[in-house]
Amino acid sequence: MAVFPAAASVHPPRFLMNIVLKDLTKIFPKSSRNKSPVTAVDNFNIEIPDGKLVGLLGPSGCGKSTALNLISGLEKPTHGRIFFGGTDVTDLPPERRGVGMVFQNYALYPHLSVLQNILFPMQNLKGKERPSKEEMIARAEEAARLVQISELMDRRPGELSGGQQQRVAIARAIVKKPGVLLLDEPLSNLDARLRLQTREEIRRIQNETKITTVFVTHDQEEAMSISDLIILMESGVLNQVGKPQDVYDYPANMFVSKFLGTPPINIFKGTVKDGTVYIGDVPAAHTDSGFEGEAAVGIRPEGFIPDRNGILSCGLSRVEVMGRDTSIVFTHPQAESGSGRAIVSSESLSEVSGTTVCFSLKSSKIHVFDPVTGVKIETRPG
Amino acid sequence: MKNSNFKAWLFLLPAIAFLGVFMLYPLIDVLIYSFEEGYNSASQSYWGIGFYNYSYVLRDPYFIQALKNTIILVIITVPLSTGLALLISLGLNSIKALKNLFQTVYFLPYVTNTIAVGLVFMILFKKTAYTDGMINLLINWFGGQSVDFIEGPYWAKMMVMCIYTIWIVMPFKVLILTGSLASVNKNYYNAAKIDGTSKFRTFTRITVPMISPMLFYLIITGFIGAFKAYSDEVALFGTNLNAAGMNTIVGYIYDMLYGNSGGYPSYAAAAALILFIIVLTITSINLAISKKNIHY
Ligand SMILES: Nc1ncnc2c1ncn2[C@@H]1O[C@H](COP(=O)(O)OP(=O)(O)O)[C@@H](O)[C@H]1O
Ligand SMILES: [Mg+2]
Repeated sequence: MAVFPAAASVHPPRFLMNIVLKDLTKIFPKSSRNKSPVTAVDNFNIEIPDGKLVGLLGPSGCGKSTALNLISGLEKPTHGRIFFGGTDVTDLPPERRGVGMVFQNYALYPHLSVLQNILFPMQNLKGKERPSKEEMIARAEEAARLVQISELMDRRPGELSGGQQQRVAIARAIVKKPGVLLLDEPLSNLDARLRLQTREEIRRIQNETKITTVFVTHDQEEAMSISDLIILMESGVLNQVGKPQDVYDYPANMFVSKFLGTPPINIFKGTVKDGTVYIGDVPAAHTDSGFEGEAAVGIRPEGFIPDRNGILSCGLSRVEVMGRDTSIVFTHPQAESGSGRAIVSSESLSEVSGTTVCFSLKSSKIHVFDPVTGVKIETRPG
Repeated sequence: MKNSNFKAWLFLLPAIAFLGVFMLYPLIDVLIYSFEEGYNSASQSYWGIGFYNYSYVLRDPYFIQALKNTIILVIITVPLSTGLALLISLGLNSIKALKNLFQTVYFLPYVTNTIAVGLVFMILFKKTAYTDGMINLLINWFGGQSVDFIEGPYWAKMMVMCIYTIWIVMPFKVLILTGSLASVNKNYYNAAKIDGTSKFRTFTRITVPMISPMLFYLIITGFIGAFKAYSDEVALFGTNLNAAGMNTIVGYIYDMLYGNSGGYPSYAAAAALILFIIVLTITSINLAISKKNIHY
């Protein structure tokens, strides 16, 4: 990959900053849009460390954009405080917070050229803050170089591809060297291949600039692949914060376990009796939690190992080979939708024959939840 | 390829036939009339071809007056009505709660009969045996002298005519502009806010360019409409517009055809073509400017 010494020397931004959200809440009143008041952001307490790329993840309508708009200052919180690098910015308007923002549809001004779009934020500056014309152009060119659109400066947004527009939007957002960069679903208007490419770009740009970045997405794979940290929320409520792999390996609740991972986790109806977790009459895990009664037993697709002597016996629907992955689609009476999917190694297929398949289970891939509240029930192997 | 072209023409045929009979043929006919000197409608004969009709019309003081009136009307009402409509639309757009109510209120004149609006203006401006009109009452209240707006001095009549025209065209413009303002994606404004763009700059650099196609549409149709003004003047000043000194080009054409001094289709045709050339020129200039300024 190419290296850009010029860019690296001028960035990073003037100062790095962490973002702290304290009891942050946003309630939208009843309106034409909502029949009853909506708590879009419910009592958030998070620290977003400086210089990191954080993925804010959750299903559509869960309040991600609202959370981002609270950070940017486009929305005012119902209560709670926001701190940038220790400074309380809750009452500051957006332009005083030093944030750059990229919108889902890019919001590039269609009547202005790429260069004029990138210059636009600097031209708003007044008095001493306003750079000279030459300096503005130099900075615009530097931002353009960083996102690799230098040769497109005279075009208009309408003459650019989606991916190029995206880069222009990022250049416009970082040209003032903000302490915080906010991206609201920046990839969702791109096709699959471009999305992969552009998310790597965003990762690279963040690495080079070290701007504290919050990246909103509803695509778990996107968040998992480029974030230093993910924040997972559901209908306004913060579910879990952590490194992507940690959140995947130790989901705090059933929602988190279901939301992360493709193919998704398989949920079985189970019971806990005397400290043992059963699927049907098969003991799958043990718990010291004292929990008794019905439980939801989640097993990741990669937690199944085909094994003639395995404990979990399932009906074999079919074997699918897609690229590198070999998956076994099985049926089980306790499985949530009657069937499930296991990702296995191709060698292990020798263990599979006939109409039933037996699995032994990797205990680290088993997660047990209270079926009503979804709260995790701690288990131990053996 | 050939085949599909043929089909396209076939589908267009009814429209072309219709336009040909009702638009193109009369246009050509008017053009011919305008060059026939001394045309006599009774005998359908004429004694020469030339520019006499044009030179007559251009030297006719009634035509000069009508041309002057029309141009004043255009120059005053088009920018004023468009600008006012933009202001009102911006106001409406920023007051969410009142948006729907006000949109109805401002649209009322549009669905109201011209004659009814004329009546309102009578109440406002006309002197009768019983009252000098509401506006004069106001003027008197501030210690001023009554003005006869309908039969008085030229400037007063012109003012009433301009206000009336603006009043009539305003609702349509407000409707179009509130619609196009509302359709500007909110993210442009959010992006501008994040970048600390001042209200004024947001308006001139984002709002106006974004709605510029609609603005140009309104200006072009505004020019054309104002150049064709006639019925509003009749509603205000009666049918003898020449006597009132308030005739317009279209009024002049009408008078030449059917008025008391009418029966001169050749003069009417020449006047119509002069109007046509003026409107064509102005519209071309407008389009050229809009092409240069609308980029998407
Ligand atoms: N301006 C607003 N007015 C009223 N309700 C809103 C507004 N913005 C968002 N909401 C509501 O808040 C909830 C979260 O919305 P949003 O933050 O846009 O979700 P996401 O970005 O995760 O899809 C939704 O129920 C939405 O209807
Ligand atoms: Mg959103």
